[in-house]
Amino acid sequence: MTGVRIAGTGHTHFGQFPERTGRDLFAEASGEAIEQSGIDRDSIEALFYGNFMGELAEDQGHQGPLMAEMAGIRAPATRFESACASSGVAVREAVKDVRNGEADAILVGGAERMTNLGTAGATKALSIAADELFEIRAGMNFPGAYALMAQAYFDEYGGDREDLAHIAVKNHENALENEHAQYQRAITVEDVLEAPPVAEPLGLYDACPITDGASAMVLVSDEYAEREGIDAPVSITGTGQGSDRIALADREYLVRTPAATAAAEEAYADAGIGPEEVEVAEVHDCFTIAEVLAVESLGFFEHGEGIGAARAGETTREGRIPINLSGGLKAKGHPVGATGTSQIIELSRLLAGEHVNSDAVPDARIGLAHNAGGTVASTTVHVLEVAP
Amino acid sequence: MSEQRDEGYDEWIAAIDRGEGYALECPNGHGSLPPRRLCPECGDPDLEEQPLPDSGTLDTYTRIHVATPEFVDDAPYTVAIVDFGITRLTGQLRGVEEPEAGIRVDVGVEERETEDEPLLVFRPA
Repeated sequence: MTGVRIAGTGHTHFGQFPERTGRDLFAEASGEAIEQSGIDRDSIEALFYGNFMGELAEDQGHQGPLMAEMAGIRAPATRFESACASSGVAVREAVKDVRNGEADAILVGGAERMTNLGTAGATKALSIAADELFEIRAGMNFPGAYALMAQAYFDEYGGDREDLAHIAVKNHENALENEHAQYQRAITVEDVLEAPPVAEPLGLYDACPITDGASAMVLVSDEYAEREGIDAPVSITGTGQGSDRIALADREYLVRTPAATAAAEEAYADAGIGPEEVEVAEVHDCFTIAEVLAVESLGFFEHGEGIGAARAGETTREGRIPINLSGGLKAKGHPVGATGTSQIIELSRLLAGEHVNSDAVPDARIGLAHNAGGTVASTTVHVLEVAP
Repeated sequence: MSEQRDEGYDEWIAAIDRGEGYALECPNGHGSLPPRRLCPECGDPDLEEQPLPDSGTLDTYTRIHVATPEFVDDAPYTVAIVDFGITRLTGQLRGVEEPEAGIRVDVGVEERETEDEPLLVFRPA
């Protein structure tokens, strides 16, 4: 089985561009990725593309072939939908196809247009990742769902809003110099605590923004990289995926995310590493509490210990395991379908020494990306390693 | 909201409204909510309706301020998850000033704040 290398990456600025179409965003990101890879467009054998709310935001389904057009490639093109984990799943399927010899070069990415829907419209569009009969009809939405988990966590393990605020502060700090980030400004713990409530105990600064953007990368086999002389120092060495019941109320746990644990265990076994070997991670912090649940489910912290990690400096850039050096979804932004690929791109640039925050992890060789859909009813985990 | 009939769910919400709420149970003791053709935990197709207990325990709750367009005029309102033993339910919590995990509540069907739409509502038992 061949290894899988990241040959080129592309990333639009993440932010509010309500006038830009999804197709324009993906054209930019995919063009940059293909150009950086140095691969001829005719050599790309497939497009795996993640998108969640295209029907609602742009009246546009069937985005696979559309985005192949925008990328200028003639190859089988498929859209993957798995809520906020859409492009994480696309990456996983691309990795499997390269490994099993189906293709030597695959374009994988995602895009989302969201801000043209407005806050209420985007909140509704996101909410359809929940159970329509038993959650949406009760008035639940995603801020509400994560707030339900946050309150349950506080009741079971302790911790408070101030602990969560330190996560938001950390991730904004990390995004300051990230040119792709939606928010390149620092915030304070007081800012977070005094922000208007969205779904108590979560406030506005506990939540990621609504974002437009796209990301893309070209994955190639080891053999292809060597044959073509492609400079691709970072490999995807582990992939895993997990699912859980769609409705939060139907889960075994309200304060744990077993789908992430399952995905991580599969990815760790696949890469032949353990969580203690991960030196830097990008995790799905759509809300501050989501980062807590992620770092615990991935095995970086015991259950009940993740809440204090940012406050204690363990997940800051100087800490034991820096989390979300890109700024995370919280500050970099969360264009849903683009997020999974974006996390892997940020991580590959961090490991390759090409990221503005690479100096925080100068010797890191192993990184992990965690991408979650819905209230973590879908999760992908990928392990990245610098080739020896 | 939806004007279409939702087979299985509509009958279930009507039963809750009559005070005859139920959940589905498989031979292995797994609880779930309709519509189902088999148990989501073990795949057993032999599902029986079991009455919901008279009251449940509040597991978690949130006061939602930023709502979807359908609920924006109702906000703020409190959504809760309540454990009835055989299954958990998600609904809105009314009649409680300061909720606390562990309190006992009943379930019923009431109207939305702003629209004549059935809504699962928990109130103190």
